[in-house]
Amino acid sequence: MAHVVAGIDPIEGRPALIEGGPDFHGITEAVARPMEWKPPLGWYIVLGISLMMLSLLGISIGWLFWEGTGIWGNNIPVAWAWPIVNFVFWVGIGHAGTLISAVLFLFRQRWRTSINRAAEAMTIFAVMCALIFPGIHIGRPWLPYWMLPIPNQMGMWPQFRSPLMWDVFAVSIYGTVSLLFWYLGLVPDLATIRDRTKSLLGKRIYGVFALGWRGSFRQWLHYEKAYLLLAGLATPLVLSVHSVVSFDFATSQLPGWHTTILPPYFVAGAIFSGIAMVITLMVICRVAFKLEHIINPLHFDRMTKLLLVTGTLVGYAYAMEFFIAWYSGNLYEKFAFINRATGPYAWAYWTMVICNVVTPQLFWFKKLRVHMGTLFVTSIFINIGMWFERFVIVVTSLHRDFLPSSWDYYHPTFWDVATFVGSFGLFLTMFCLFVRFLPMVAMSEVKGVLPEAHVPVEDRPKAATELAVT
Amino acid sequence: MAEPTHRPSSSSRDGGGTIAEGAASGGGAGAGREASTVFAVLAEFESPKALMHACAKVRDAGYRAWDAHTPFPIHGLDRAMGLQKSWVSAFVLILGLGGAGLGMLMQWFVAARAYPLVISGKPMFSWPAFVPITFECGVLGGALGAIGGFLFLSRLPRHHHGLFASAHFERVTDDAFFISIEAGDAEFDAAAAAAFLDQIGAQRVETIYECGKVA
Repeated sequence: MAHVVAGIDPIEGRPALIEGGPDFHGITEAVARPMEWKPPLGWYIVLGISLMMLSLLGISIGWLFWEGTGIWGNNIPVAWAWPIVNFVFWVGIGHAGTLISAVLFLFRQRWRTSINRAAEAMTIFAVMCALIFPGIHIGRPWLPYWMLPIPNQMGMWPQFRSPLMWDVFAVSIYGTVSLLFWYLGLVPDLATIRDRTKSLLGKRIYGVFALGWRGSFRQWLHYEKAYLLLAGLATPLVLSVHSVVSFDFATSQLPGWHTTILPPYFVAGAIFSGIAMVITLMVICRVAFKLEHIINPLHFDRMTKLLLVTGTLVGYAYAMEFFIAWYSGNLYEKFAFINRATGPYAWAYWTMVICNVVTPQLFWFKKLRVHMGTLFVTSIFINIGMWFERFVIVVTSLHRDFLPSSWDYYHPTFWDVATFVGSFGLFLTMFCLFVRFLPMVAMSEVKGVLPEAHVPVEDRPKAATELAVT
Repeated sequence: MAEPTHRPSSSSRDGGGTIAEGAASGGGAGAGREASTVFAVLAEFESPKALMHACAKVRDAGYRAWDAHTPFPIHGLDRAMGLQKSWVSAFVLILGLGGAGLGMLMQWFVAARAYPLVISGKPMFSWPAFVPITFECGVLGGALGAIGGFLFLSRLPRHHHGLFASAHFERVTDDAFFISIEAGDAEFDAAAAAAFLDQIGAQRVETIYECGKVA
């Protein structure tokens, strides 16, 4: 069928990805609008609250540098506490961006175009938040360069057999590659804004970052190849990063950490939490910035199916950990898991199970998959659950180790909470600025999935007899 | 119907291509002041499909310095234009392998030469432990190769391009589809090119002059 039927996607033969059948110009108008109009009052309120939380982060870090890590609740036996929990939480959130932009791109999931830009931005901001925690947790914050292979007067070098060093490389390279991927996708859209904006300063700034893009098809060809290859590189990267994060735990001897299921379990959890965060943000942004036709129920329907899959995988991992603890016959291993579910932190364990395993089961029902209120509430529950997952792994495994005389109950302090809340301030401030100053939907990609962008194969001219080098 | 629709004013900033400079100098300085030099002929088309068919005709007419301009990549246009595949992949392969090699080399140097420590009785160059960082460095190299290769092959970033002198070309990043035939080779004749584009279904044809070369 060569004919374009209104409201039907010509490639998939299913309902069109963008509602209301806008033309190419309509997409540009809808996406550029939040950047050109006065932002809604809610934007100022959210930005104001975010800036207050961000200053709390500044105060917390300032006090930490002045007073030392003693202001936190970390102590023997729970020496790794909230800072590492928050680090893993934020890195995990950061995984959805690359999943949506790279993995779904390779699988030719064209619905990703409506949400990939915002998800990638979220990834970068989440990785920024994550990198703060190991940076300030090292105790002597003027020495983080010891983690890098820099020739120095002490003749001292990092120890590359340690998973902590793998982590330094994995997370920093992940941040860099995500940034490059995001920026490459932004170039054509920055050119759109450059060509639309009336202000001279705006034209200059967007013009510099648009690199002189002029939509030349010879350039598009290189652009598309570079994008495809970056997606191909980012896909194993995203799987490796959280695997490496899990090695920090899995290569230790501690019962509760020392398991081979940790890498896939961490990756599934990371994608689970990241998509939940994308849903939280998009449910609000689509209404606040009038993008309901571009980010529509169809996208949420497909994202929640991913939530259901990854949430169930995580549930499987929880069950398998218990099975292996019993099957191993190891006394300490068995104790660690019985203690996890029935010990002093049982409340945290069951919060985690209810939020991460029970909540996503709602998404078996189509009505709930596209109900925005349900989506917002459940995605927040999942975020809470995924934070507790990391808390359970870190704290319950440490607080009762091999020697009962050193057992203890860990309490966070005010400054633990303040630093974590402050990191949300950084994340939300960056996201508020992003939606105001950059196109939050990949315009050029959305235009490419509109039905009228598609030229059916039988309508195309004959191929050339010989090819020209681009 | 092809007519010049835009002449840059004398205050236009310098820039643009240098491709047509030979033609300008042929007439001497005096001639350059009388008539400005043609940079390219730009034609707008209605839809991706119209553009694709027009591209095939431009391709078969034997033009060399020409290009299509679109707000988004149109699938199948590379074949209609008769373009070969992009070789960004070569940059990614070379820099990716280079990055991985450098990553392993660095860890060998640190662990076996600069700071040898015996850890759990393993050899100094215990390479399996170095695989994760080698992989990450390879990905970093490949990613830099993808971006670098894209920028190098598409001659970006660039400060200016002759086509930006057009009054309508701004819409290329919004919803308009263009073909440009540049004054690249000696046989180029602006009037003939404009007539040709008009004949193959262009909605509007415009002649673009070199910036800064007008009296």
